[in-house]
Amino acid sequence: MSDPKESDLDDPLRFLPLPPMTFHILMALADQDRHGYAILQEVTERTNGKVRLGAGTLYRTIHRLKEQGLVAEALDRPSPELDDERRRYYRLTPLGTRVARAETERLGQMVDLAKSLGFARGTV
Amino acid sequence: MRLFHWLLRLFPASFRNDYGREMGEVFAERRRAASGPGAVSGLWIETLADMVGAGLRAHLDILRQDLRVTGRGLLRAPGFALTVVTVVALGIGANTAVFTVTDHVLLRPLPYDEPARLVQVWERHPEYRQMEASPPNFKDWQAMSTSFESMAAYTSMAMNLLGRGDPQRVRGTAVTGDLFELLGAQPLAGRALVSADGDPGAEPVIVLGYGLWQSAFGGDERILGTTVTFDTGAYEVVGLMPRGFAFPRRDSMFWIPRHPLSQEDEEDRNNHYLQVVGRLAPGFTREQAQIEMGLVGERLQERYPEDNGDKGVSVYPMRDSVSSQSRLLLLALAGAAGCVLLIACLNVANLLLARTLARQRELTVRTALGAGRERLVRQLLTESLVLATLGGAAGIGLGALAVPLLARLVPSNLPIPEATALDPRVMLFAGLATLVTGLAFGVLPALRIAGRRSLSGALGSSRTALGARTEKVRSALVVGEVAASIALLVAAGLLVQALWRVQEVNPGFDTEGILAVSTPLPYVDYGETAKRVAYYDQVLSRVRGLPGVENAAFISFLPMTMTGGIWEVTPAGAEERERPSRASLRFVTPGFFDTLDIPIESGRDVATTDTQDTLFVAVVSRSFAESYFPGQDPLGRRFDFAFQERTIVGVVGDIRVRGLERSSEPQVYVPSGQVPDQGLVFYMPKDLAIRTSLDPMSLAPQVRAAIREVAPQVPVSSVRPLTAVLDEQTAPRQAQLRVLGAFAGLALLLAGIGIHGLLSFAVSQRTREIGLRMALGARAGDILGMVLREGVWLAAVGGGVGLGLAWVAGRTLESILAGVQPANLWSLAVACGLTSVMTLSGSLLPALRASRVPPTTALRED
Repeated sequence: MSDPKESDLDDPLRFLPLPPMTFHILMALADQDRHGYAILQEVTERTNGKVRLGAGTLYRTIHRLKEQGLVAEALDRPSPELDDERRRYYRLTPLGTRVARAETERLGQMVDLAKSLGFARGTV
Repeated sequence: MRLFHWLLRLFPASFRNDYGREMGEVFAERRRAASGPGAVSGLWIETLADMVGAGLRAHLDILRQDLRVTGRGLLRAPGFALTVVTVVALGIGANTAVFTVTDHVLLRPLPYDEPARLVQVWERHPEYRQMEASPPNFKDWQAMSTSFESMAAYTSMAMNLLGRGDPQRVRGTAVTGDLFELLGAQPLAGRALVSADGDPGAEPVIVLGYGLWQSAFGGDERILGTTVTFDTGAYEVVGLMPRGFAFPRRDSMFWIPRHPLSQEDEEDRNNHYLQVVGRLAPGFTREQAQIEMGLVGERLQERYPEDNGDKGVSVYPMRDSVSSQSRLLLLALAGAAGCVLLIACLNVANLLLARTLARQRELTVRTALGAGRERLVRQLLTESLVLATLGGAAGIGLGALAVPLLARLVPSNLPIPEATALDPRVMLFAGLATLVTGLAFGVLPALRIAGRRSLSGALGSSRTALGARTEKVRSALVVGEVAASIALLVAAGLLVQALWRVQEVNPGFDTEGILAVSTPLPYVDYGETAKRVAYYDQVLSRVRGLPGVENAAFISFLPMTMTGGIWEVTPAGAEERERPSRASLRFVTPGFFDTLDIPIESGRDVATTDTQDTLFVAVVSRSFAESYFPGQDPLGRRFDFAFQERTIVGVVGDIRVRGLERSSEPQVYVPSGQVPDQGLVFYMPKDLAIRTSLDPMSLAPQVRAAIREVAPQVPVSSVRPLTAVLDEQTAPRQAQLRVLGAFAGLALLLAGIGIHGLLSFAVSQRTREIGLRMALGARAGDILGMVLREGVWLAAVGGGVGLGLAWVAGRTLESILAGVQPANLWSLAVACGLTSVMTLSGSLLPALRASRVPPTTALRED
């Protein structure tokens, strides 16, 4: 981390704000590695079907996240009876985790600010 | 599922290869989860939108990435980027400028309603393919034809506008009333002319063109309905035409209804002065109209064998009124511009190829990092398209700057404005040219990447083999450049010679030290000969009294300013004319021949004593005497000409009446005192020629003052040295030559850059080999010779191909070469000489650099 350029590249703030769909995908990978369809299901379930991902958007986002180093392919596979060999599993990188945290903090600050201005639920 | 796979094609190939299968799985799972037709169709709609949107965005992601890489790469090599952009800008600029003018003159439909249905109808004569119609023939055509919706006639004219400051000469057109309706032309304000305006006894009315309305009436709409005064009478202004309207030429500033000159004139089938325009009836083609009019012509021949005996009718598309010469001039330029663009492309392809080779390592690394071939090709194409776009944008700017230089190539006899602007059509052309250019020069380096089976292997290990193969391609590109530039040089050389040849043509009169002035006399005031003679006497005596003036005289039309005025000649006592013979008619005041230094070979000049009460006399040119009175003394011979029997009193040298590049009819000069009262008003002498020992233009103010003193209501126009009249003859040629010369120079420069680039690169690739040769005892001179030989070889092969191309180009241009032989040594020698100089200067630097390679390099390299 002595090279300033390196630290620039690693600065999670430069990825913010995250597009909502990207944030959803990062959240879907928070607790475990998942393959594409599992990510999709996870997002749908957590949002009660409000956010629906298509295959195109899903993989384009995964591709970008891979290129940016926020997500990587998981090399260790799940236990054989659960594994589907045709599928690739994706996992959050440390940078990805930091970016997700930074985004959470940013959104939190935003919500705090909004509340302090009287935008909290029930006040209007 | 098949539909889904088809949708996958919307994604970049690299993306598809990576995720296609997984995406298919995901979709299949969702398809299984969807139950019921409603859910399935919902899934499909969702998927369709998702795939199209994401596919597009995936492409944009890559584009953004490639653009970033390109930007960084070009910033790292600013010299390279600047060279490529400049070369492309020159190529695109040349083509944009030429296309703007060519489109304007040759391609764009004329600015009338349904212009494809407009034709011009001419009388056809054994000697003249397109001759104006006589009034009775025109009326018969109208009555006897069915293939036209309507047919209208017009004749060009000029009037003097009075009562608005200095009297002003303005050109206009007398038209039959239905012309505007035929063209589908709408006025800006007021009304257009209608048929009733031409009825006998109708009030005189006029429609003003936008230019005249602005210049003489300040664009004031209140002029509508008022009366304006011309030398021929007062006219009520009934309409104003919009800015873009021009008919039949761009300098026509007003339109008035045509009225018969006289009953006699309306029945004279030998007085040809009406131009005829027709609108084909719906469903009729020009060919059908031509066939019908051919039959009409035959019937008129049978009916009037005396007058119409040898006259047919021909129908031409109105768009073809561009002369074949202007067409060829423009097409030659378009070809030359295309050549320049081709050379620019070859050059840039070469530069990019060299850069690709120099970037082997970078590309190898990227391949090692997993970039597929498709991504590399895409990257290279993006790079070339970015360069092309930058160059294209600069080129459009250059083109816009160059267009005014080409404006002289727009013939004035077309109903289109002279100035052309860059408009969407031109931008579209420039955009397409840029795209094609970018692909053309980008595709070669890209193909070299794509065609390699094992990319890393090819790029990494077998460098020398790759270098050799690529060098062959690059040599071929340079050969192409040299060939194209030689062809352009030879073409330019031929045109220079043609110009010189035309300029060397002896016009038959002197042009140096002569001031030409036009003083169009008002027909009405000066209809009487006595009044005119008084005007001539007063003006001439004042002008001759000016210091430095040697002589001065009036003539109907100065040579080369009017090509018409041709009459039939019947020598007295001639039995049956074998074939109709013609001569040009001009009225002159005494002293005209002396003023223009036309030699009087025998007999005398016209004199003030030649009046309507004395013998009708004529001075004729030598060719007139030789063709009508061969082997005889022409003096005292008589002939019928322009309503009179005239006796020859003098013979003078021939002059070029019709221009430097056209043959002219023999000439007949008649004394100005013998113009009949109120007759032949068109021919009343009005052009003044003044011979002076001073600079002709320095006399202009005094001459204007002298004329104003004598006749304040007479406009003074076209004040210029007679040399300017002659220069106008070669103006289009000179303009074309300047452009073509610039193109040829540009081509030569680009080819030089090409040779330099190729050899420099070859030398840098072969440093090791050269070092080895030096180490083995080769001297600097040997190495110098080796590299130079390569340059000379390229130039020789290119030159050979170029000479072949040049010969073809020369044959194509033959009709505008004024008799210069296409295969002529002089041009070939100059072209070869210039190419040799270019080759040597292009190869010298790399050769010198090679000769200075120290032998130790052989050890150090790699």
